[in-house]
Amino acid sequence: MSAPIKTPAAETLPRPAGLAGLASDWASDQRTFKNVSWGKAMMWIFLLSDTFVFGCFLLAYMSARMSTTVPWPNPSEVFALEIAGAHVPLILIAIMTFVLISSSGTMAMAVNCGYRRDRRKTAILMLVTALFGATFVGMQAFEWSKLISEGVRPWGNPWGAAQFGSSFFMITGFHGTHVTIGVIFLLIVARKVWRGDYDTERRGFFTSRKGRYEIVEITGLYWHFVDLVWVFIFAFFYLW
Amino acid sequence: MAHAEAHAAHPAAHAEQQQHPIKLYLLVWGLLFVLSAFSYLVDYFGLQGYLRWSLILIFMMLKAGLIVAVFMHMAWERLALIYAILLPPLLVLVFVALMVSESNYVLFTRLAFFGTEP
Repeated sequence: MSAPIKTPAAETLPRPAGLAGLASDWASDQRTFKNVSWGKAMMWIFLLSDTFVFGCFLLAYMSARMSTTVPWPNPSEVFALEIAGAHVPLILIAIMTFVLISSSGTMAMAVNCGYRRDRRKTAILMLVTALFGATFVGMQAFEWSKLISEGVRPWGNPWGAAQFGSSFFMITGFHGTHVTIGVIFLLIVARKVWRGDYDTERRGFFTSRKGRYEIVEITGLYWHFVDLVWVFIFAFFYLW
Repeated sequence: MAHAEAHAAHPAAHAEQQQHPIKLYLLVWGLLFVLSAFSYLVDYFGLQGYLRWSLILIFMMLKAGLIVAVFMHMAWERLALIYAILLPPLLVLVFVALMVSESNYVLFTRLAFFGTEP
C-alpha cells in the first residue's frame, strides 16, 4: 500500500495446514487475525451478524410457509410478465439476478484496479456497480408496485396464504434497503477514489484518518454480500 | 515482542495477497451467469419434487461458494478468519432443524383443531 511498514510482524511465521493451523492461530501468543487489517475484519464480523439477521428472516418465512394450511401462492406465476404477448414465468426475478451478478463482477474488477492504484478505472467500475445496483432497486420498485396494485398486502393476497405478503415485503424490503445503502456507500468511496484521496492521503471527514485503497475491497465485501444474500433469497423465496 | 507484533498490521504484504488476475474474475462472473441461468431453467421447465430441490440447492451453494471464495477473497484469507466467519452460520442449520420440527407441529395442531380451512 502507501508506505510499507517494516516490522517484525512482516515476517509471518510458518503456519501448519488445516485444523492444526487454526488451533495454533487461536491458541498461540499471536494475534489471531494477524495480517488481516482491522477494517476488513470488522466488515466481516458485521457481515456475519447480518447473515444471522437474514437467516432469521428466511427461517421465519420457512416456518410460516410450512405451517400454513392454505396453499402458498406460486412464485413462478406471481412474478411472471407478459413480454411481447408471451407469458414468461419468473422473468423479472431472473433479470434482477443477472443485474446483481453483473454488479458483483464489476465490483471485483474495481477492487483489482484499486490495488493497482488505477484511480480512473477504479472509480468508473465502482460507478458502473452503483448503476447496476440502482437498476436493481428500480426493478424492485416496479415489482413492488405491480404486486401492490394486484392487491398484495402484508396481511393478505389474492392467491392464497396471507403470510406470503408479509414474508415478501419483509425479506425483499430488507434486502433492497441493503442494496440502497450499498449504492450510497459505493458512490461515496468512488468519489474519494476519483478525487485521489488515497494517493494524497487526504484525511476523512468523520474519522480524520488517512484512508487507503483497501476501502475499495471493504466496500466490495459489503457489495458481494448483498449479492450473496440474493442468491439465497432467489433459491428459497422465488424458486421454492 | 508479542505485543509489538500484535499492533503491527502490515498492509503492504496484504495488498499483494489480493492481486488476482482479472481473467479469474471474468471466469467466476461467467460461471455465476451460467449457474443462475440453470437455476432459472429449473423453474422454466417446471421440474418438481426432489429433483427440483436438489438442483436448486446445488446451484445455490455453488454460486454462494464462488462469490465468497473468489469475489470476497475468502480463499486467500487467514485460516482463523475463514473458520470464524464460515462456522457460525453453519450452526444456523440446527435452528433450521428446530423450526422444521416446530412448523410440522404447528401444521399438525392447525389441522387437528381447525380442520383444513384456516
